[in-house]
Amino acid sequence: MLKTKRIKLLALPTLVWMGALFVLPMILMLALSFMERGTYGQVVYQFNIDNYIRIFDPLYGLIFWDTLVVAVLTTVFSILCGYPLAYYISRLEKSKQQIWLLLVMIPFWINFLVRSYAWVIILRSQGVVNTILQSLGLIDEPLTLLYNSGSVLVGMVYTLLPFMVLPIYVSLEQMDYRKLEAAYDLGATPWKAFWHVTLPMTKTGVVTGSILVFVSSIGMFVVPDVMGGAKSALIGNVIQNQFLSARDWPFGSALSIVLMLLSLLLILLYFKATQAGGAKEGSA
Amino acid sequence: MKKRSKALSGFSWLMLVFLYLPIAVLILYSFNESRINAVWSGFTWKWYISLFENRQVMQALTNSLSIGLISSVLATVLGTAASLAIKHYSLRWQNIINGLIYLPIVIPEIMLGLALLILFSQFQVDLGKATLIMAHTTFSIPFVMVIISARLADMGKDLEEASQDLGATPWQTLRYVILPLIMPGIVAGFLMSFTLSLDDFIISFFVAGPNSTTLPLYIYGLVKRGVSPEVNALSTLLITSTVLLVIVAELFRRKDSKTIPY
Repeated sequence: MLKTKRIKLLALPTLVWMGALFVLPMILMLALSFMERGTYGQVVYQFNIDNYIRIFDPLYGLIFWDTLVVAVLTTVFSILCGYPLAYYISRLEKSKQQIWLLLVMIPFWINFLVRSYAWVIILRSQGVVNTILQSLGLIDEPLTLLYNSGSVLVGMVYTLLPFMVLPIYVSLEQMDYRKLEAAYDLGATPWKAFWHVTLPMTKTGVVTGSILVFVSSIGMFVVPDVMGGAKSALIGNVIQNQFLSARDWPFGSALSIVLMLLSLLLILLYFKATQAGGAKEGSA
Repeated sequence: MKKRSKALSGFSWLMLVFLYLPIAVLILYSFNESRINAVWSGFTWKWYISLFENRQVMQALTNSLSIGLISSVLATVLGTAASLAIKHYSLRWQNIINGLIYLPIVIPEIMLGLALLILFSQFQVDLGKATLIMAHTTFSIPFVMVIISARLADMGKDLEEASQDLGATPWQTLRYVILPLIMPGIVAGFLMSFTLSLDDFIISFFVAGPNSTTLPLYIYGLVKRGVSPEVNALSTLLITSTVLLVIVAELFRRKDSKTIPY
């Protein structure tokens, strides 16, 4: 008994580490969000909630709105691209599945910055697409393919797609195919069988993927920074700006806290939704 | 039915092209003779050679490797120790510890970077290699714990119970049964942390100092100045090492967990 107590101590250094370098910084950030900025960018230790009120300023409200729109569109396009891909992989032979999964995962490990930059090479005015189109004589002037909200969306879907494919694949893998066969035996068309049987049974995967993609896109600042123009700044860029150029740390902290609460709320809803869904499936 | 599956496989291949084409183009142009435009004008190694002659690049590489090595050793040791201890805690504590582990993974990365920046500035810690090591260790610990916990769950209780039935103390069981069994997981966790550290841009961006530029930070500086073959070459090197590390880590992670690896 005494010996297992000593094994428990093994977790202590890690707990102290995470407490000092994760919990404490988060608490400090929360505290800072209730302070105010001094004239020279220093922090004035005076409790107030002005920073949170300022978030409702139409200027920031608009950016928050844009961020949500981009996040929703990124999620929708990721489902549209990711579901068929995951479905295809789940129907392959086991050995091929492993290879395809690895191929989907590899780009995910290459960093956002490099992957966004790769798109700049392709889309910029003297880039690959424009050079090809011009040499074919299809266009005279280079097209503006970069530095707009469209290019940001392409970059976001591109960088976050693996987040969608994997959870959907997992739920397709765990699906009970006998139910699908039953649907066919009862005369369902392939489309009907997919819509009424496969899709509802893989709902968990779609929801998990959507949460992962959505939460990652609302905090994203690299893709808009590299591929977006001045008008396509998202909330992540505003926060980055408050800390680096504007030097308004308290306001930047308040924005971060709101962003984090939004993410946590979504994750919480997700757990509630999947637990309720799981219980229902169990009783059925 | 046949037509449908043809369309599906065509779409899936298209998605694979979508995922790999930009990377392939980036790599291809790192070997392009011409500096200014996208026209192919011949194969060359010169951009790579110029990288190795660039002192700033070499400094960034040294920084990345040393920070990666130290932070991943720390994260592996701390993560492994905590994973081994966690099941001896009461369920309530297990939930608290798990929350502490998964939270850094689910919140947006920029948050951790900013929160650490606030911490370091409050305690007047100079930004530099030390702060980078602390930050990288912090975001790597959860990944190590996820990998090792999966390995421990996979292993089951049989061997552990057998060892205890044969009279081994909990420490002996840990040292001679559990540790060897989870060794592939530990290696995978270490490689994963190293990759995460080598590859990290977002968190490093906020906690690096003027003399602790890492490779991704150096690349960012160049990217902001525009497209150039040097960035392509440097990115290609980063991509290659990341991909190799991930594949090796994956091989270790998939090693059979039911047999003792010696």
